[in-house]
Amino acid sequence: MISFLSHLVNGLSLGSVYAIIALGYSMVYGIAKMLNFAHGDVIMVGGYISFCAALYWGMPPVISVLVAMVVCTVLGVVIERLAYKPLRAASSLAVLITAIGMSYFLQNMAQLIWGANPKSFPSVVSIPSISLFNGQLLISGETIVTVLANIIIMTALTLFTGKTKMGRAMRAVAEDKGAAELMGINVNATISLTFAIGSALAAIAGVLLCSAYPTLMPTTGSMPGIKAFTAAVFGGIGSIPGAFVGGILLGVIEILGKAYVSTELGDAFVFAVLIVVLLVKPTGLLGKKVHEKV
Amino acid sequence: MKISKKFRSNLITYALVILAFVICQIAIEGIIPGFKMTRSLKGQLVPICVYIVMAVSLNLTVGISGELSLGHAGFMSVGAFSGIIMSSWLLGAFQFENETLRLLIAMITGGVMAGIAGVLIGIPVLRLRGDYLAIVTLAFGEIIRNVLNCLYFSLDGGRLYVSFNNPDIPGKLLLNGPTGATGVGKIATFTMGFVLILFTLFVVLNLINSRSGRAIMAIRDNRIAAESMGINVTKYKMMAFVVSAALAGMAGALYGLNYSTVTATKFRFDTSILVLVFVVLGGIGNIRGSIIAATVLTILPEVLRAFSDYRMLVYAIVLIVVMLATNSPLLGNLKNKLRSSKLVTRFFPLKEEAAIKEGDEK
Repeated sequence: MISFLSHLVNGLSLGSVYAIIALGYSMVYGIAKMLNFAHGDVIMVGGYISFCAALYWGMPPVISVLVAMVVCTVLGVVIERLAYKPLRAASSLAVLITAIGMSYFLQNMAQLIWGANPKSFPSVVSIPSISLFNGQLLISGETIVTVLANIIIMTALTLFTGKTKMGRAMRAVAEDKGAAELMGINVNATISLTFAIGSALAAIAGVLLCSAYPTLMPTTGSMPGIKAFTAAVFGGIGSIPGAFVGGILLGVIEILGKAYVSTELGDAFVFAVLIVVLLVKPTGLLGKKVHEKV
Repeated sequence: MKISKKFRSNLITYALVILAFVICQIAIEGIIPGFKMTRSLKGQLVPICVYIVMAVSLNLTVGISGELSLGHAGFMSVGAFSGIIMSSWLLGAFQFENETLRLLIAMITGGVMAGIAGVLIGIPVLRLRGDYLAIVTLAFGEIIRNVLNCLYFSLDGGRLYVSFNNPDIPGKLLLNGPTGATGVGKIATFTMGFVLILFTLFVVLNLINSRSGRAIMAIRDNRIAAESMGINVTKYKMMAFVVSAALAGMAGALYGLNYSTVTATKFRFDTSILVLVFVVLGGIGNIRGSIIAATVLTILPEVLRAFSDYRMLVYAIVLIVVMLATNSPLLGNLKNKLRSSKLVTRFFPLKEEAAIKEGDEK
């Protein structure tokens, strides 16, 4: 029972990271109708920047996270401007291939700059772990911070998209680009803003992910990125609560599958969930159904 | 007899492949003095054949059927491992010594197994569209790799044992979970690779120019319109997907039997992307382009060893630039302007104008 609880806590922690990454995917997909494959690699860049800031430039952990956020935000906006904006009217195949190219570009750039060898990432969290049930169940500081960060980000984003003018503009663009433009909304700026928010979140996710699983490699971001996309689809793409629910559920499924069925098949479980969800309920748990018009 | 344009184009493709094969044979035998193939290039011949077949078959899915598949390496791995097991079984159980025939049977087995995998995967995947389809094919590629990492095959006195997640089975292990297949007989030959390329071209080109091929392309161009013309969307999409998977499986069997050890990590997501780069660079939907791109991009890293660190980076940039150049409205406008400027049209009349002129003369 205690071991089950401990797996559950680990699942919650991993799921919270997935949820934060999934938000970036979900928002970008909702607004630009494109799968930003490079999102996972922005996570990796965030991890490296924070690593360098803390280790080489001697910044305190909190500042290093902020630096990573700023760098990733700029990176996200630049990627959007250079690679995705010219393709706004192109077929989804072209956009997807460009995004895959961008993902590869970031990975290989990181490999040239930081080398292929894994780096051991020092945790940015200094909160002591909590032990429950006479020390049988240990909840690490990383877990607490990750889950808290997830809840704060979700709340903030829900308020942002629901209450502020920019948030409403984002929802309008996601609904209908042409109509939003007619209403005087700057569509390009809104899409850039979405990429900026998504990338800043990716930086946070990168730091949290590397704090919990302290190996940092150029390919660190790609698998969590794909799984987070799965989470976004699971919860219903384009929906903020959907990303939250999907991320947490997926993290728990992955950890429990690894613990009780097979370590080798952990990833296979996650993807099996994706396939089942897409077949049974293609819009995800909390997604809206969109009818196809001819 | 009037030869249609398509037929001529196909003949050129075949001729190109046969010519390349003859030149390679001359270079291997060293008939012309001073024109001899280096050892490292000789080692690349079978991989080149494999990648050509992979690229052509992926082009069938991406270019002709218009569905982005990111799990092509998964089918390749199914073909590779089933081919290896078949080949070892034939040798172990029946003392089947003829290498060419064994390779052929292994390749057919690989193709059939990958084709079956294609059907199983195609049923759920082809119901999806666009980005979802891409991500699910990726997911399936990863699932196949994960499952292969847990599979154990062994041969004991002509009997084949299979187990999942448990290496304790009698006899000599053929497929050893995460360590992959070891002690594989290297029986792949360049000639067989050449035959496989010809077979692939025969299948793909004939499919494209058939009634089914036109149906597949009609679905790609407009699914709803095609459906309302009475085309069975699922059937034709499935046809393209399964043929593509089976060909990838045959290529995989050839690839697997070209090395003494094969692990599932060789068929990672990266391999799928590599093949996608061949397809995109050669021109999506252009079969001859795929062949040329696969050949050049497989040889190039061998020649430019000094730049090996930058190879993948260059591939990434190539992917992005090609996509931007062919799809961006900005560059498209530039092309149109250039085309309609008087100086250019004087020397290179636009195709449509030329056709009109020809019609006038008649």
